[in-house]
Amino acid sequence: MELLLILVIGLLYAGGVYLILRRSMVKLLLGIMLLGNATNILIFLLGKITKAKPPVIDESYKIFQDIYADPIPQALILTAIVISFGLTSFAIVLLKRVYALVDSDDLDDLNTPEEEDL
Amino acid sequence: MLFTVLTGLITSSLLVPFGKFIKTKWSILLPFIPVLLFIVYLLYVPDVASGTNFLQHLPWVPSLGINLDFKLDGLSLLFALLITGIGSAIFFYARTYLRGHQYYDRFFGYLLLFMSAMLGVVLSNNIITLFIFWELTSISSFFLIGFNNDNADSRKSALTALSITGIGGFFLLAGLVLLGNIAGTYVISDLVAQHNIITSHQLYPLFVGFILIGAFTKSAQFPFHFWLPGAMKAPTPVSAYLHSATMVKAGIYLLARFTPILGNTDLWNYTLMIVGGFTMLYAAIHALFRIDLKAILAYSTISALGVLTFLLGLGSKEAIVAASVFILVHALYKATLFMVTGIIDHETHTRDLTHLSGLRKVLAPVFIAALLAALSSAGVPLTFGFIGKDLIYEATLHAPSHLALWLTVLAVTTNVALVAAGFMAGIKPFTGKLPQAYEKIHLPYTSMWLPPLILAILGLVFGCFPGLVGDLLNHRTANSIWGGETAMHLKIWHGVNTVLLLSLSTLAIGTFVYLINKPSILKLAAIEKFNRISPQRIITGYAYDIKRFSNWYTHLFHDGYLRSYHFKIILFAELLLGYKLWLSGPISIDFSVLTPPSWYEVVIMLVLLGALYIIVTTKSRLTSVVSTSVIGYCICLMFVFYSAPDLAMTQFTIDTLTTVLFVLVLYKLPSFMNFAKKGILVRDAVVALGFGTILALIALRVLYEPNTTEISSFYGENSYLLAKGKNVVNVILVDYRGIDTMFETVVLAIAALGVYSLIKLRLKSSEKE
Repeated sequence: MELLLILVIGLLYAGGVYLILRRSMVKLLLGIMLLGNATNILIFLLGKITKAKPPVIDESYKIFQDIYADPIPQALILTAIVISFGLTSFAIVLLKRVYALVDSDDLDDLNTPEEEDL
Repeated sequence: MLFTVLTGLITSSLLVPFGKFIKTKWSILLPFIPVLLFIVYLLYVPDVASGTNFLQHLPWVPSLGINLDFKLDGLSLLFALLITGIGSAIFFYARTYLRGHQYYDRFFGYLLLFMSAMLGVVLSNNIITLFIFWELTSISSFFLIGFNNDNADSRKSALTALSITGIGGFFLLAGLVLLGNIAGTYVISDLVAQHNIITSHQLYPLFVGFILIGAFTKSAQFPFHFWLPGAMKAPTPVSAYLHSATMVKAGIYLLARFTPILGNTDLWNYTLMIVGGFTMLYAAIHALFRIDLKAILAYSTISALGVLTFLLGLGSKEAIVAASVFILVHALYKATLFMVTGIIDHETHTRDLTHLSGLRKVLAPVFIAALLAALSSAGVPLTFGFIGKDLIYEATLHAPSHLALWLTVLAVTTNVALVAAGFMAGIKPFTGKLPQAYEKIHLPYTSMWLPPLILAILGLVFGCFPGLVGDLLNHRTANSIWGGETAMHLKIWHGVNTVLLLSLSTLAIGTFVYLINKPSILKLAAIEKFNRISPQRIITGYAYDIKRFSNWYTHLFHDGYLRSYHFKIILFAELLLGYKLWLSGPISIDFSVLTPPSWYEVVIMLVLLGALYIIVTTKSRLTSVVSTSVIGYCICLMFVFYSAPDLAMTQFTIDTLTTVLFVLVLYKLPSFMNFAKKGILVRDAVVALGFGTILALIALRVLYEPNTTEISSFYGENSYLLAKGKNVVNVILVDYRGIDTMFETVVLAIAALGVYSLIKLRLKSSEKE
C-alpha cells in the first residue's frame, strides 16, 4: 500500500505543478489544491500508516492497551486541511471578482508591466 | 583626544539647525574651530618630542574588542597638525571662496565632518574604529566632490571616487578583521608586539593584499589612481584639503602605521616599491601633458603619493626619515599651489594654461606664494623641498647595492618631471605678457591670498631652519614608523657629495624640461589617445558590464509572468533536491515491512488517478472541479482505512464545501482555452513529472528512515491522564496546541470576512475600469 501511496503522491505533485504552470487562474487554483492534497498524503505516510487502529482510547481504559496510529501527523494534516480551505475559498471569491472586472481568466491579462519594461 | 575628534562632528550637526546664521554674519566663527584644534595639538608637541605617547581608552563594544582607543604619537601628531593646520588655512580661504553660495552651510558641514573623520583615522589605536573613520572620510569626500550637484560631471566623479575608495574600504575591512582574528586583538599597539607571529602566518599574503588594496585605492596608486583627477571637479578648497594634503594621505598614513606590524618582509617591501615606483613615474610624466592647472596638480599629487609609497616600501631607516619629511613638504607646497589655482580660477574664470600668463602684475602676493611653493616643489636650496629631495636621494643611494642605481635613476626621472610640473603650475601663469582681458583683475580678499602665502613662507622657514621641525616632529614621526630610534638630524648643508650633485642636476634638467615643454592642446590630445588602454577605461567598462549583466539577470528572473516564476522556482528546487537525493545513495525497497494493499484500496487509488488525468486534460471547468472533489473523496476514504477518522470527517466536509463554492461562483465561466504551444506543454509536463518523481523518491527514502515516536507516545500516554480526553488528535488540537488552533480559527474568520465582503462588494460602473 505504501508504494501505491507514493505513486499517488508523485502523480499528484506532477499534476499540481503542471497546472500551476498554466495561464488560467482556475487551473492555478486547482493546481494548488492538488499540491496541498499531495502534501497531506506525504505527511500522513511519514507517520507510518497503521490499519484500523485509530488514536482513540478505549471507553473503559485510561491508557492505550494496543498499538495505535501516530496522532501527530493527523493533527498536522487536520490543521492543514482547514487552513487550505480558508485559502481556497478566499481565492475562489477573489477569482470571481477578478473575472467580473477584467472579464478574463487569463493571468497575463492582469499584468501591468512598468513603462521601462516595454 | 576624543573631544578633538568630536568637536567637528558636533559642530557639523549643529549646522543643520543653525546653518542660516553661518550663512550670514557668524561665518567668521567657523575657521576658528580648526585653529583651536591646531593650537591644542601644538601644545602636545613638546611632550611628544620628548618621547611621550598619549593614550585614551573608552569602552564601546568591549565584548567584540571594539573600543574608542586613541593614541597620540609622533606619526599621529604630524598628521593631526597637518589636518588642523592646513584645515585652518583652507577654512579661512573657503569662507571667502564660497561666499554667497546657496549651500554655504552645507559645505562647511561636510568639511567639518571630514576633518573629524580624518582626525579619527590618524588617532585611532583600534583598527575597527580606524576603519569606521576611514569610511567616514570616503563618504564626506563623496559629498564634497559632488558639491556642485547640478553638474553631471561632478556627480559622476563623486560616484567614481566613492566606488573606488568604497571597494578599497571593503577589502580593507576584510584584511583588518582577518588580521585582528589572527593576532587576537584589534589594538594597534598590541599588534606591533606580534609582528613575528603575524608576518609568519600562512594567511599573511592574503590580508596584506587586502589591506594594501585599501591603502592604494585611497591614496590613488596605479591602477586605482584615476579617481583623483576626476575628483578635481570639487570646489578648489576641497581639492586643496582632501586631495592633496589630507585624505589621499590617509592611505599613506595606513601604510606607515602598519609598517611596524606588517612590514619588513619581501612581499610588503617589493609590492610597495613596485606600485609606488610605477605610480610616481607614470603620474609625473602624465602631469607634463596637461593644460588644466588642477589636472597638473592632480597628477603631480598622484606622483608624490607614489613617492611616499615607494619610500615606505624601501623601508630602510633613510627612506622612512625621507617619507616622514616629504609628507610635510608635499602638504605645504601642494596646498599652496591648489589655493593659488583657486584664486586664478576665481579671478580669471579659467584654469587653462594656454590662456594664462603675466598674472604677476595683478596678483603679486599670490605670485610670491606660488613661486615659493613651486621652488619648494622643485627642491631649490633653502626651501623645505630641497631637504625632502636630498633625503629621497639619500634613501635610494643607500638601497641594497643591486637596486641602488636603478632606484636612483627612477627617483631622478620622476623628480625632473615633478620640477617641471611644479613650475608649470606655480610659475607659468604668472610669467610672460599680461593679456588685455586680465588687466582689470584685482587682488581678492586678504583671507584668500594670505593662507597660501603663510603656508608657502612656512615652507621657506622650515627649509632654512630644518632642525626646528625635524627634531620636534619629524624625528618622532620617523621613530613611530620605524619602530625604534632613527637618529635623524635635518641639516641644510651636507657638503658637496653625490646627493647634492643629483639634486642640482635634477633642478637643472627639470628647468630645461619646463622651458621646452610648452603646454598645448595637441599634446593633451596625443596622450588622450592612450585612454583606450587606461585603467580608468578598463574599470569603468567593467562597471558598465556589471550593470548590464545585472539588468539582464533581473529581467531574466523578473519577467512579469507568474508561470515563469513558478517554472524557475520548481526547476531550481528539482535541481537542489535531485542533487541531494543523488548524494544520499541508492534506495533499496524492503517489501516485508510494507502493508499489503487490499483490492478496494487499489480500486480507490485507480479512481483517484483517473480523476487526476481528467483534471489535467479536460477543457471543461466544471469537469475539472468535480474531478478535484473526486480526488478529495478518495483521499478521505484512504483516511478511513488507515485509522484517521477525524481527518476523514474534516476532509469530507471541506471537500464538499469547496466544490459547492466553486460551482456556485464559477459555473458561469467559459471553458478553458489552450494558449500554449505543444512544445511548451511537453516541457512543462517533463518538469512536472520530474518534480513528482523526485518527491516520490524522497517519500520512498523517508519510508525507511527510523521514526522517532517519543512525542507521539507522550501524547498517547498522557492524553487522558493529563488532559481528560480520549481522542488523542482532538486533545492535541484543542489542548496541547490550543493557542495554535485558536489562531487558526482567527485566520479562518478573517478569510470568511474577506469572502463575505468580496461577495457583497458592488462596484459602481465607473470603478470597474
